[in-house]
Amino acid sequence: MTRQPATIPPGSNGVLIRIDHLTKVYPLGEVEVHALRGVSVEIRNGEFLAIMGASGSGKSTFMNILGCLDKPTKGSYLLGDIDVSKLSRDELAHIRNTKIGFVFQGFNLLSRTSAIENAELPLLYCTMSNKERKDRAVAALHRVGLGDRIHHFPNQLSGGQQQRVAIARALVNDPRIVLADEPTGNLDSRTSVEVMGIFQELNNHGITVILVTHEPDIAQFAKRHIVFRDGKIRSDKANTAPRIAADVLKEMPVIDDEEDAA
Amino acid sequence: MKMLNIVRSAFRALRRNKMRSFLTMLGIIIGVGAVIAMLAIGQGAEYSVKQQISSLGTNVLIVFPGSQQTGGLRMGAGTVTTLTEEDAWAIQKECPAVAFVSPGARSGGQVIAGNLNWGTSIEGTGADYLEIRSWAVEYGEFYSEQDIKAAAKVCILGKTVADALFPESTPVGQNVRIRNVPFKVLGVLSKKGQNAMGMDQDDIILAPYTTVLRRLSHSPYLRQVLVSATSPSSIGAAQTQITELLRMRHKIAPYDADDFTIRNQSDLAATATATTGILTILLASIASVSLLVGGIGIMNIMLVSVTERTREIGIRMSVGARGRDILTQFLIEALVLSLLGGIIGILLGVGGSVAISAFAKWPTIITVFSILLSFGFSIAIGIFFGFYPARKAALLNPIDALRYE
Repeated sequence: MTRQPATIPPGSNGVLIRIDHLTKVYPLGEVEVHALRGVSVEIRNGEFLAIMGASGSGKSTFMNILGCLDKPTKGSYLLGDIDVSKLSRDELAHIRNTKIGFVFQGFNLLSRTSAIENAELPLLYCTMSNKERKDRAVAALHRVGLGDRIHHFPNQLSGGQQQRVAIARALVNDPRIVLADEPTGNLDSRTSVEVMGIFQELNNHGITVILVTHEPDIAQFAKRHIVFRDGKIRSDKANTAPRIAADVLKEMPVIDDEEDAA
Repeated sequence: MKMLNIVRSAFRALRRNKMRSFLTMLGIIIGVGAVIAMLAIGQGAEYSVKQQISSLGTNVLIVFPGSQQTGGLRMGAGTVTTLTEEDAWAIQKECPAVAFVSPGARSGGQVIAGNLNWGTSIEGTGADYLEIRSWAVEYGEFYSEQDIKAAAKVCILGKTVADALFPESTPVGQNVRIRNVPFKVLGVLSKKGQNAMGMDQDDIILAPYTTVLRRLSHSPYLRQVLVSATSPSSIGAAQTQITELLRMRHKIAPYDADDFTIRNQSDLAATATATTGILTILLASIASVSLLVGGIGIMNIMLVSVTERTREIGIRMSVGARGRDILTQFLIEALVLSLLGGIIGILLGVGGSVAISAFAKWPTIITVFSILLSFGFSIAIGIFFGFYPARKAALLNPIDALRYE
């Protein structure tokens, strides 16, 4: 069990992810469902990307493959200089552990498990001393503004705070990429903006953030928009004037019920 | 993932469902407890049977006359009277593997002392009888060679007979009448208890065999010759030497059958030990059925647990847990359940055995072997019944596990 956190060597001209003619076919009884029908895209280091599309457009399938949770049927997926489409289950687990952080719509925290124990979860699957693991989990929780709640359980935290614990968990292993699948889907609008603020701040520190959302105003915080339809990329545009979460927050009315919820 | 962390998180997972974990363990607790208690009872029985058999005396051989073949008719042991005093003395003199010899005669009848009477058997013996049977006179003294040569009317009472005939006075020096022949009581034997067949060994009167032959049974032939070998390992040699000697003395042609039978204690002991051994195996196998049921209980709960925690498995996989990490986690949980259950079961089984000894007065013996056996068994059950659910968890697809509601 010697698995050291690894860093992705920056690919040529800063390309982090290169996806070429990716297809994904699910057998569903007699028929086959074509979830992805040939997707090609390049994502550079430090991008903030929003993937949009209606449900059934293939964006979730794309996200799963991007996050090494699933394997493509055809096509290649280069992460740095690793051909991910050829890796085994265990090797994919290693990539997820060291290079990718996940944030989910439903938070996906372990219940009846404290914030710090949730945040340190990825570190349990690599070689590390107990002290370093605790230190890094605490640091990650501080980074998302939960330094005073490290021993709280998920049911003692508000939705926004739970999502921050999930972000801390995603960050704890210093990944190059954070994948967020509808991270604001279960949150009210103010908390959503706060969470987007955290992602923008991470992005400012050089972490590549890839966000799946169907809410256009959430997508406005990203610097690049990719729209999926019927398993293909319909449009791929830069967002020249992204919203800045910190500015938006100043203009929002304060409905402070987070403390009560906690 | 480090082993210590896995074990710690296994304990945490089991603590989350305290009641369920306890009930799951209960199957193993009862199973292991039952196996230990049953083995203790079985081995206790085996030990007490061995004790009773050795109470007959160690290294003992009994030579019976008979089993003579007349034409095609073969008689049972003791049906023909061919064993004489001279045979007994020859065995003593000429068989080097023989330590002591006591010619035996037997009679029975009503024994009268004062206004009390008691029906018992009268055993005629030689002077070395007590040596052979590792028995002793509690008070008084045993009859001498002189008494035997003279066929003196003296006797030794067994404890039961002494209590029946002389409830309030000391029997030594008093007279008893056996079938109207007066005998002087020289001593009383120490208590020996029941033999392996449950017969009271103390319900007996010993007298010189010469006296019994001449005054009670009126026969020149011996009923048996009691022989002790010089050591347990020389029992076989003694048996061979006696056989050769008696065949020669009785002038038996090379291909004819013996006209005597030799039985030894080890045959009897082997039979009895085998019987109680079967008892032990029977008890233990009934108990291990409950251990097996306990194991199935663990498997059941682990399967429920894997289904319930599918999302947790998905989360763990999404942050980098490999299949084998998940496998180890669930296997360790099953192992912790069965090990904890096993340890509590061992304590319960030991406590139960002590309680059985104390209240039911049954002999119980707890061996290190039975503790190690049940401990090993509970580990094996944890691994065996934990593996399938753990493997099921490890083979889950991370996406399906994450989406599981």
